[in-house]
Amino acid sequence: MTKIGLEIHCQLTNLESKLFCSCKANYREFGINENICPICVGLPGSLPRLNQEAVKKATMIAIALNCSTPEKIAFFRKNYFYPDLPKNFQITQLNIYGDTSIGGAGSIMVGDKKINITRIQLEEDPGRLIYEGSSSKNLITLADYNRAGTPLVEIVTEPDFESPKQVRDFLNILSDLLENLGVSDPGLEGAMRADANVSIEGGKKVEIKNIGSFHDLEKATHFEITRQESLHSRDIEIIQETRHWDDQRKITISSRSKEEDLDYRYFLEGDIPWVTIDSEIKEKLKSEMPESISSKKERYVSKYNIPGQVADVLSSDKFYSDLFEESHTESNAKEVANIITTDLMGLVDTREKREESKITATHLKDLADSIQSGKISRNSAKNALHEIVKTGKGLSQIILELDLGNVSDESELLGIIQKVISEEPQAVEQAKSNPQTINYLVGKVMQKTKGKADPTLTLDLLKKQLG
Amino acid sequence: MNLKIPALEFVQEVKNGNISAEDFVAKTLERIQSVDDKLHAFLSVNEKAIDQARVIDKKVKSGDKVGACFGMPISIKDNICIKDSKTTCASKMLENFVAPYDATVITKLKEEDAIFVGKVNLDEFAMGLTTEFSAFGPSKNPWNTEYVPGGSSGGSAVSVSAFECVASLGSDTGGSVRNPASFCSTVGYKPTYGLISRYGLISYANSIEQIGPLTRTVKDAAFILNIISGLDPNDNTTVDNKNEDYLSEIDSGIEGKKIGIIKEMIGDGIDPAVLSATKDAISKLESLGAICEEVSLDMVKYSVAAYYTITATEAGSNLARYDNLRYGYDFPVEGYEFNSYISKARENFGPEVIRRMIIGGFVPSAGHAGKYFLKAMKVKSKLTREINEAFKKFDLLIAPTVPIMPFKIGEKIDDPVSLFLVDINTVTANLTGKPAISVPFAISNGLPIGIQLLADSMQDKLLLQAAYALEQTVTLPEVPI
Repeated sequence: MTKIGLEIHCQLTNLESKLFCSCKANYREFGINENICPICVGLPGSLPRLNQEAVKKATMIAIALNCSTPEKIAFFRKNYFYPDLPKNFQITQLNIYGDTSIGGAGSIMVGDKKINITRIQLEEDPGRLIYEGSSSKNLITLADYNRAGTPLVEIVTEPDFESPKQVRDFLNILSDLLENLGVSDPGLEGAMRADANVSIEGGKKVEIKNIGSFHDLEKATHFEITRQESLHSRDIEIIQETRHWDDQRKITISSRSKEEDLDYRYFLEGDIPWVTIDSEIKEKLKSEMPESISSKKERYVSKYNIPGQVADVLSSDKFYSDLFEESHTESNAKEVANIITTDLMGLVDTREKREESKITATHLKDLADSIQSGKISRNSAKNALHEIVKTGKGLSQIILELDLGNVSDESELLGIIQKVISEEPQAVEQAKSNPQTINYLVGKVMQKTKGKADPTLTLDLLKKQLG
Repeated sequence: MNLKIPALEFVQEVKNGNISAEDFVAKTLERIQSVDDKLHAFLSVNEKAIDQARVIDKKVKSGDKVGACFGMPISIKDNICIKDSKTTCASKMLENFVAPYDATVITKLKEEDAIFVGKVNLDEFAMGLTTEFSAFGPSKNPWNTEYVPGGSSGGSAVSVSAFECVASLGSDTGGSVRNPASFCSTVGYKPTYGLISRYGLISYANSIEQIGPLTRTVKDAAFILNIISGLDPNDNTTVDNKNEDYLSEIDSGIEGKKIGIIKEMIGDGIDPAVLSATKDAISKLESLGAICEEVSLDMVKYSVAAYYTITATEAGSNLARYDNLRYGYDFPVEGYEFNSYISKARENFGPEVIRRMIIGGFVPSAGHAGKYFLKAMKVKSKLTREINEAFKKFDLLIAPTVPIMPFKIGEKIDDPVSLFLVDINTVTANLTGKPAISVPFAISNGLPIGIQLLADSMQDKLLLQAAYALEQTVTLPEVPI
């Protein structure tokens, strides 16, 4: 049986500052080595100053993943030399001297499968190394410490996954959860990284490091299973080793480094006193946490009668569910949900498009209300949505400019209907004998009005005309 | 100009206009010029000190608000960062390191108009107890320049003792303030762990060390503590002392106080002169109304071993950052990959630092931690339990600061194991976080002896009161230099 376990590194990108200093947690907008200070580059004499907000956010993740949380947490030093690590040790957490990591055992359901969480730890991200030069002889390594000290949460799972598909489903759920908590933006480059361990029946555990995105994680596990199965089928022994993910070639490569043999000499970080997170603090945090995705979904279904599938899509995506929450009223909820899931999602289906989109909750509310009051047809609403996303103009202005208002003037509509009746004698006869075919004539009216005819009024008038 | 006056007297004199800060600082610099060739307390001297003093004199004359130090010239151990000044840790690794920021204690002293006359010598990275391990040469004891001044804050003790400044800041990881204070006949005080911010103190063993003042009098130590203590957002280990005034009521006396004499600190190997001074101190305290009796701290016998295991572990980690990539000394990277470069660059550490880092790589390592590091941590917590028990019965504890007399330069440098035993009476305060102070008490054959008092955590005020009482019982001769 295939077994996959994950170690997921998630940056708390929504925090204002780094884990131990006041430099920005969002290092991405800075020039090289411009987001640094004596603390995050580990200058002599500097001391870490724990970001309490990061402790809160990481605890929220632990709670959301149903993890146990100890009353007191501690930080440890993981000692190893590497140029991206300014102090040549990383401040992290572990559970070898008692449960002192921010989250203990927990679990989350992925479909019908329960995935167990081993632990969650809060730690600092190292800097970034940039390699220049072509051959190993003139290779230059440049160090950028803008990222050093960024708050990172490591989520370690049990080897409970049986397929890359399960891994992907889990990652989707996890990124939605993190985004919904407001702790991280999983879409940001480098915000989510992972290591995976993979083993197949009769083989040894292989660790894959350096997987830079969730997308590649599925690919990497898939590649690794295929590789191991191919070895196994040829009776070649699968050795226990560490491999690196090559994201250019999309393969795993045996890593020559003896990383697994490193002795990290873990010991308590004396510069950071133990932090108490007792039940009172935990309850307070719980009350500050945003509503969970599953609870949102339930509410959408039970309160607004929104179909389960629509509610599912709507609740799991923070961008859309936030829009929904801000724009819906008791009466238009279903219509808003409809606009978002059937039209808007198609229009802004990439991160870039979302960011460029000019739509606001007010737009959505106006659209839904206008549809419900018959001011605009669904068809026209779709066109208006296009324009809104592009320009951000108000709905009434767009209706005027693009002439999208419903034709609900009776005499104007009557003229068009009479024209259709004279052009479609055959269909008229048919409709008279079989009233269900009347929709064809309604369609013709819509064609002539470019979809703007008030559908109810059109039907009424048609029926009257046909006798 | 009398350079020998204590800090509080200096402040009073400048305040009253009897002396000018500029004159005093100028004379202090002259003093450094004339005696430091022989003593080597200073690693660098502040060229702007006189200008800074002049500014303070102007403020005094014009009636502007002046900080509590009134231009008092103090020296700073060269492991505490002063912005835009070299902070070398007496190491070749940091020979050219210019700190881009002020330590919290420096910020506070600047706000109170102290003047830093210079940075003073130490054992490299504060690892040692004689100042012989400075990469820039040893400091010498002003009482007899053939003798060590103690360490690692040797430069601090020498500069205060030889009137090259009024007071000094050192750091105490296992006795590094109290030991040289004892050897040079100054007051040396290590406060409760967390009472003074360590932000800007270059870490050696961060979980047990504290910055501490070296002064002419106990009152001066209390005066400086008032300025530099308290909660600091930049050091998460600082504790809130609610702006305690350590100077007020310092003359409360010790009548009725119970003092425990630590049995394990006056036992085997103690110098007869030290023992007799200790007995004398005890009887003087008794004559002031204190009740003294022996107390045993069984774990003291393991304390030095535990101390070296823990400090080496932390040092191995704290000094790992000196890979010469981001700052350090001139040593080009071309032709090296990372590991070979840092191995080569780190050869610039001195032998004692290397010795401790090698130990520090070994004792907490997988397979050995149980036998060494974790055992040492057990000793630490057991010792803490023992001393906490003792403080249920006693208000204070007493022992000689160092059980032996100052020794000659070079005498013990090749005998690290015997040197380590010099720490036996001082490391307990560090391992348990308790405050401790060394008070100059006797001169024997021309060399000083200090007596140490310890108190329970956050009982620093009581400790200073007792030290003041003890100090008043003796009049000591002046340093011969």
